[in-house]
Amino acid sequence: MKILVVDDETDVRTLFEQRFRREIRSGVLSFSFAYSGEEALTYLHEHASEVVLILSDINMPGMSGLELLKHIKQEYAAPPPPASPLVMMITAYGDTESREQALALGANDFLTKPVDFAALKDKLLVLASHEN
Amino acid sequence: MDLNADVLLSVVVALFIVRGLRRFLDLPTRLPRINRLLNWIWAPGLALFVVARAVHWKSDQLDELYMLFVLGVVTVILSSVRSYRPARTLLLAVAPFVLYSVLELLLPALSSSILEEYDATFENSKGFAFIWLFTFLLIARSQKKQLEKERLEREEEEKARQLIAAHNQELERLVAERTATLTQQAEELREALTELKTTQTQLIQAEKMASLGELTAGIAHEIQNPLNFVTNFSDVSAELITELEEEQQRPTRDPELEAELLGDLKQNLLKITHHGQRAASIVRGMLEHSRASTGERQATNLNGLADEYLRLAYHGLRAKDKSFNATLVTNFDPNLGTVEAVSQDVGRVLLNLFTNAFYAVQKRKELNQPGYSPIVTVSTRHLSNGDVEVQVRDNGMGIPQAVVDKIFQPFFTTKPTGEGTGLGLSLSYDIITKGHGGTLTVETTEGSGTTFSITLPA
Repeated sequence: MKILVVDDETDVRTLFEQRFRREIRSGVLSFSFAYSGEEALTYLHEHASEVVLILSDINMPGMSGLELLKHIKQEYAAPPPPASPLVMMITAYGDTESREQALALGANDFLTKPVDFAALKDKLLVLASHEN
Repeated sequence: MDLNADVLLSVVVALFIVRGLRRFLDLPTRLPRINRLLNWIWAPGLALFVVARAVHWKSDQLDELYMLFVLGVVTVILSSVRSYRPARTLLLAVAPFVLYSVLELLLPALSSSILEEYDATFENSKGFAFIWLFTFLLIARSQKKQLEKERLEREEEEKARQLIAAHNQELERLVAERTATLTQQAEELREALTELKTTQTQLIQAEKMASLGELTAGIAHEIQNPLNFVTNFSDVSAELITELEEEQQRPTRDPELEAELLGDLKQNLLKITHHGQRAASIVRGMLEHSRASTGERQATNLNGLADEYLRLAYHGLRAKDKSFNATLVTNFDPNLGTVEAVSQDVGRVLLNLFTNAFYAVQKRKELNQPGYSPIVTVSTRHLSNGDVEVQVRDNGMGIPQAVVDKIFQPFFTTKPTGEGTGLGLSLSYDIITKGHGGTLTVETTEGSGTTFSITLPA
């Protein structure tokens, strides 16, 4: 299952690659990284049908995570092809307002920083098994 | 007729002369002793008369003798006050008369023939002496009047002088009084100034602390990110070590995997150090912000400074108003290099401009205009003259023209009481212009946005 992680912090890549080392090695999960909303959109255009899940930070300079979410939902509004990827929003501000806003825009899940990687791993594995 | 009785008549004349002399020369004050003696002017006359009667001496010259005596007294008196000009004139006036009297008295005694021979001449001389006497009496009188007039004038002058002197004294007293008041006022003003300066310092510090308050949430957020990394990398490193240990337990070891795990561990430790330092630098920045400025200029990376404070300001506002969101656009000139600046002070200016920009876009967002998306842009660039420019642009409310001229004045604020000190922009202006020799300008269009431009000499 291909996952696109969007965060302006570049070290997120290292962190994910190590956290999901076994899953990556076993091929259950594969990660791509984008460091801004704009970069994420470009990546999605180039790899339209590959990405199943998007994990995006909300607070990023330039295009925010919520705007990215809006773009994605607009672009994949019409039914197939291809199916809209799932979008999980991650934010340091775990307030209900942001959560509601994200969910209203069509986010599939809402996570708060610091990310509980064990819980995230479980969620991802469940999704991966469903996909298969 | 009793010839001797003439002397009594002369006494009367003498009394008149004395009286006239006294008045004319003001003898009671000028010569008090002689004046008293003059009370006895009649005595010699009376004595002559008594003596002459006693010895039955009859002479028509008795009164002349007495008159000569009187004239002599007059002459003595006049010469003793000759410093008085009318007295000298009088002396001159009586001189021929005295001479005539002497001759008249002596000549008959020497030779009565001469007298007879020159009788006409004598008569003429007597007439001349009288005319002379009266003429000079008149001259003396007018001199006296003149002197009197001058004396009066002098007295007037003296009076005027005294009056002026009194005036001057009064004036001097008033001046001294006023000077004392002024000195006191100056002292009071100096004290007030010192107090104001202290207050200003306190206000500046308070403003700094207020902006620090606005920063707190931003700082917390900015620290949270690196701390998350520290935690995460520590956690994942523990996992890596467990994996490494498991790997070592295997009968057939995979050296490649072990090397990879060790490499990752090493990398993670570096990441932990990096993010720890990042958090530390944010804390240091916060402390620097709250501390009084050292005022020392250092080579400053304006891109980094602007980026840091943009984030702090944004997260600071986000923490207060969670629904707030704005697009942050940074157009940094990668070749900007460094400028000599007091980074802490310029940071405060940037923070102030960002906070204002966010405030402006937030206010406009509250109007719920369709299609409005708040954007705050910060750009840096080199100007053609080599100076460096930092622009902070927002697409917020803009500033009304009536207000724009006042925004750099101290204590001017459009925010509700308690929300702004009104010192932010005024301090910013001072920091940029006075502190760095740069400029801080504003361009604004009401309803569509504001751009603040800082230029700093390279």
